[in-house]
This record gives sequence, C-alpha cells and structure tokens, in this order.
Amino acid sequence: MILNEAHQRFRQELRKFSLEVVAPGANTCDIEGSFVQNNAEALASRGYLGIPWPKDLGGMGLDYMSYAIGVEEVSRVCASTGLTMAAHTSLGTYPIYKFGTKEQKEKYIPRLARGNFLGAFGLTEPNAGSDAAGIESTAKKTDKGYVINGSKRFITSASYAGTVIVAASMDRKLGRKAITCFIAETATPGFKVGTKEKKLGLKGSDTVELVFEDMLLPLDSLLGKEMDGYRIFMETLDGGRISIGAFCLGMAQCALDTMIEWFKERDMTQLEQKALADVATQVQAARQLVYSAAQVKDAGIRADKQCAFAKLFASEVAVWAAGTAIDCIGPLAITDRMPVSRVYRDAKLGEIGEGTSEVMRMIIAKEVLKEAKETC
Amino acid sequence: MELSFSNDQVMVRNMAKEFATKELEPRAAEVDEKGEFPHDSIKKMAELGLLSMTIPEKYGGAGFDFTSLAIAIEEISRACGSTGVICAVHNSLAAWPIVNWGTDAQKEKYLPRMATGELLGAFGLTEPNAGSDPAAMETTAVLKGDKYILNGSKRFITNGGVAGLFIVFARTDPAAGTRGITGFIVERNAKGFTLGKHENLLGLRGTANCELMFDDCEVPVENVLGKVGEGFKVALGTLDVSRIDIGAQAVGIAQAALEKAIAYSKERKQFGKPICEFEMIQAKLAEMATAITAARYLVYYAAHQKDSGKTRFNQESAMCKLFAAETAVNVTREAVQIYGGYGYTKDYPVERYYRDAKCMEIYEGTSEVQKIVIARTLLG
Repeated sequence: MILNEAHQRFRQELRKFSLEVVAPGANTCDIEGSFVQNNAEALASRGYLGIPWPKDLGGMGLDYMSYAIGVEEVSRVCASTGLTMAAHTSLGTYPIYKFGTKEQKEKYIPRLARGNFLGAFGLTEPNAGSDAAGIESTAKKTDKGYVINGSKRFITSASYAGTVIVAASMDRKLGRKAITCFIAETATPGFKVGTKEKKLGLKGSDTVELVFEDMLLPLDSLLGKEMDGYRIFMETLDGGRISIGAFCLGMAQCALDTMIEWFKERDMTQLEQKALADVATQVQAARQLVYSAAQVKDAGIRADKQCAFAKLFASEVAVWAAGTAIDCIGPLAITDRMPVSRVYRDAKLGEIGEGTSEVMRMIIAKEVLKEAKETC
Repeated sequence: MELSFSNDQVMVRNMAKEFATKELEPRAAEVDEKGEFPHDSIKKMAELGLLSMTIPEKYGGAGFDFTSLAIAIEEISRACGSTGVICAVHNSLAAWPIVNWGTDAQKEKYLPRMATGELLGAFGLTEPNAGSDPAAMETTAVLKGDKYILNGSKRFITNGGVAGLFIVFARTDPAAGTRGITGFIVERNAKGFTLGKHENLLGLRGTANCELMFDDCEVPVENVLGKVGEGFKVALGTLDVSRIDIGAQAVGIAQAALEKAIAYSKERKQFGKPICEFEMIQAKLAEMATAITAARYLVYYAAHQKDSGKTRFNQESAMCKLFAAETAVNVTREAVQIYGGYGYTKDYPVERYYRDAKCMEIYEGTSEVQKIVIARTLLG
C-alpha cells in the first residue's frame, strides 16, 4: 500500500511533533510511573485528540488512516502517550460519535476532540475480561434516571477523564441481552476512582479501578438504546483494534529504529543481518495489515476481521521485535539507557488489552467461516 | 547417562527448595521493586552452604558437584531470579576459577572467606566496547615492580556493587591478541578501584549490577589468576561452567511461571468455566511443560558432563544455556498471557518472571554467541 501525499505529509508532521514534544518525557514518566500529562496536553493543543471527527464537531476532519498514522508515530517514541491517545479517541469518543444522539454529540464530542478532558471506556470488570458479556455492574431504571452499582477494572485514563462510557446490566438473568451503555460524567456523585494499577509497562498511562455506588445517571445519559450495549461495545472494540494495531506497530518500529541506529556504526555479522532483515520484514507486514484495516474502516465497512488481523499480528510482532533488538544489542538494551527495554515491557500489553490474542483468533476463525458460508 | 539423583543431590534440592520457598519467595517482589541487593538472604544462604557449593571442604566449602549446584540454583531461581544469579555468579564465576586455576596461597587466602559469604564474588570480563567479543577488551595491566597497574573499566557486573572480590581480566600484552589477556583477583579495597554507575535493569534488579572503574589500580603480582597471558582461557573455561547455572536459573524461573499459570488457569473463570478447560490454554500449558522438561534435562546433562570429569563440555553448556533461556522467555510470555490483564500488573509475580527471563538471553553470552559456540564444536 502506498500512502497518498496528504497521508505522507501527516506522517511527517506527527513524526516531527513526536520527536520534539513527546519523546523527551517518555523515559521519566516510565521510571517515575507518572501520567504523561504534558504529552496529553500537547496532543490536545494540536488537535491530535480528535483526528477522525468532523471539523464541525471540533475534530480535524481526517480519516482513520490518518488517525492510525498518528497513533503509530506517537507510540513509536512513547507508547504510554500513544495508548492514551488511542483509548481516548477509539474507546472514549467513538461510541458517542457513532451511537450518540445529536444532543450528546454536540455536548461531548467538541470537548473530547479538543482535549478539554479525556474520555474513557469502562467495560472490563474483575470477573469479566475476555468474557465481556459476564459483566456484573447493574443499572436500575427509576423516574429520575439510571442507578448504577458495581465496579470496573483496568480502565485506561479514567483518573483524568471527564466522561466514561459505562456498560452495565439491566437484568443479570438475561446475560448479554441486558447490557446497556451510558455516558457517565466523572463528576457524578457515586463515581469513584479506586486503586491505580502498578504495571509491567506503560507506566505513563493511567490504569485504574472504578467503583460505582448508587451513581445516578440522568435519563439522557443512555447511549444508544437500552439492552443494546453489547452490540455497541463490540463494535467499539472492533474499531479500537485498528488503533491498538497502530500502537503496536509504532512500538515495533521503535525496535527497528533502535536496531538501525545500533548497526549504522558497526559491521554486521550475518546473524545480525538476518535479525535486521526479519524485523524489517515483519514490521512492514504489520504496517500493511494495520493500514488495510484503516482503509476498510474508511470505506464505511464493518472491519472486524481486518481489525483482528491487524491487532493480533502487530502485537505479536512488537513483542518479538523488541526482544530481537535486545538480543542484537546485548546488555545495554536491558538497561534504562535505551528505550527498547521499555518497549519490551510496554509491548506485552498489546497481546492482552482490548481483546487477548486468543480472543482475536476466535474472532478471525468465526469471521473466516462466516464469509465462506456467505460466498458459497 | 543415568536419570536418577544421588541422595546428596536429593538432599540439596529439598534443602534449597524449602529455604527458597520460605525465605526468598516472600521477599522477591520487594527485592525486584526496590532493586535492592538481598543481603539478609545471602547471609542465610552462606550458613546453609549455598555460597560454597564449588569450594572443597578443605577450604571450608560444602564441596558439592555441579549437578547439585544446578539443582540448588534452579530451586533458588524458582523463588527469586535475582538471588539465583547472585548465587550462580559467586559459586561458578568467582569461587570456581580460584578453585581451578588458583595457587595454594590464593585458595587459602580467599576461599574460606568466600565460603562463609564474608567475601562475595563477582566476575569482570564485559566492557563498554567488549561484550560478545571479549577479545576486544581495552582494560590494561602493566607490571610495575611487584604490582600490576590496571586501567580501564568493566560494565554490567553482577554483584559488582556489593562484592568483596572480583575476578578481572585485562590486557597484559596489547600486541598478543587473546594470548595477551591475564586474569587477576582484585579485592574491593584495592587502591585505584572504584564503582561506577549502578544499572537500572529490565529484570534481575536485585543483583547490584554495577560498573567497575580502574584508575591506576594496584594489584599485587601474587594475585594473577592462572598464568600470565592465559586469561582468555580462564575466562572461557569459567563461562563453560557457569552457563550450566544460567540454564538452571532459566529452568527455575520458567518452572515458577508454569506453576503459577496452572494454578491461575484453574481458578480463573470466564464464559462460565475455569479457563484451563479451554483448548488454547491447555495447549499453552502443554507446550510450556514440554519445553521446560527438555531444558531441565539439557541442564542436568551438561552438569553431568562436568561431574564425570570431561574437560570439554562447551557444546553441552552452550546448548543448555541457549535452550533454557529461550524457553524461559517463551514460557514467561505465555504465563503473562494466561493471566491476561492481571498478568500485566504487579499484583502477581508473572510480570517479574517475564522481565527476569529476558536478561538470561543476554548475559554470559547472548543466544547468538551460544549458537556460534555450538556450531564451532560441530564443525571441528
């Protein structure tokens, strides 16, 4: 796939921004485990928190391909910032853009797109991970609104968010059919941020527990229809996987950059040539999968299979490429003197977050069979 | 080859396992997080003889064989990877070369104090510009009267920040290539010897990994280890032995990851049943266990070669180090995967195993170096 001129220019712009603005704080945020606040503010000030939304809603009016390129370039220098950007856009904003009413869109999208506050997505619970339909948080409808009780875990950026899309069950007996999504403003009484996770990597990205205690949400906070939440979050996750693929692609590219930088000044052995060639090939293959998923999405077609391809492949490449770069460089690469030791930790999340590799394989197998049946 | 263990070996395993489970495992997360050298644990290990495994009884050591050492390191690493490598470096990279190449005077002077843990050992070979190619080392040693004057630096030295005794390699004849390198025993208080930067490592963070700086450092001639000009032979011969222990360490960490993953997969329910009932999880566990078993027997096989008196076992030790380290990397990655989001947090130890395992592919020769060693033995 050859990028058009506009996309190439956008990449140059994002590369320059990433190197000049995002990269300098990456190591410190990782070592201190502090949120990438300055980077998030810088993304907001340039409009990069609203790349794919229309200009009249405060966005940049660009396509998913541009958005994928943006997440890739930012993640290439700081994966914590890349994930913050991806979660905000694909999980925190997209469901409102896609499923929200005109009023909801006008109320929230401009503020999210301009980065007045971050958006988060509350689906995962202590007992509902891969089995997302197993959520235990409940929503009870009253005259005044919906009363939400329960808790969420591993929620990205939620301490810094103004809104969280919350999935809850209106009737536990009905399973996935009773799941309903809401737009919860984080200032709502009963909304509490719980423990902050201490993690293997992505230490500059905020990951927290949320607790809802009789949180009363107004009737107009309902997102889409009642009992339609499962479809909403599944479609949201499908699209989100383009950006997780792009996030992984950025990290894989960082591993490749590190190898190139290292070998530039050295004579390569044949084994080192093999390592560099293999990483370059895999990274390029991952890029093609991520961009083709973005292209399908831009064509307005449901892209479940392509998104799963991109996320599965790019995440496995990222972990492997970081490991291979470390192998080539040796001890220096397992210290904080080089970013690749951070990438080795950060990249592992790609195989887990927004659907594990096992879930990706289940989706791909199902979709491939479904297509085969439809075409015969 | 016999696949049974002697009574002594069984006893060592039981003792090491009990100690590691009780003393090391509960502290391992803290040692990792703070990057603190576990002084108390090391003291207790000395009392149990775990710091004198390779030291003969006549010098106050426990005098065990290399299979026993591998077993002990496997069990220690199962609880705490950092402590495993601290123990391996002290026993095989520092004490053993003195046992093998040291003079009687050197043995009498240093081994009893190494056996009690009073002197902890380290091994200084790697330099900023000499990693996989130790022959490129730049540290020099010049004879001046009854002393050698060392200048240069060493990097990524395990135990470096806390050791009392260092096996250090330097160039005594710059024109003679690998035949111009000599080994030295350097005491921590040697004049002109200071510590440099402490490394902030991806894993094995409790190992006091540190730079060593030699600035006109004075080392008495009687501290030459082996013969002048034969340091390269000492270094490679020592690594042949110690790689067995790195293999054992990798097996220990992988075993811990497998055990935790099995327990978690039985406990964690999704889609109405424990995740261990899903085939994709079962396949992971089966592959993990198969690889660990193969790695473990490669380690015992290499140790057995050494114990049976073979003088060359570089192929066996390189194979076990290569295979076990790669196994540990793969197994720990899958263990984190089985834990899912929880595996990514510090609430469980699998993320630590994942970081620790990667380091084992790098030190004491990267996987690429092991492959070249193996290929050379094949090609003759």
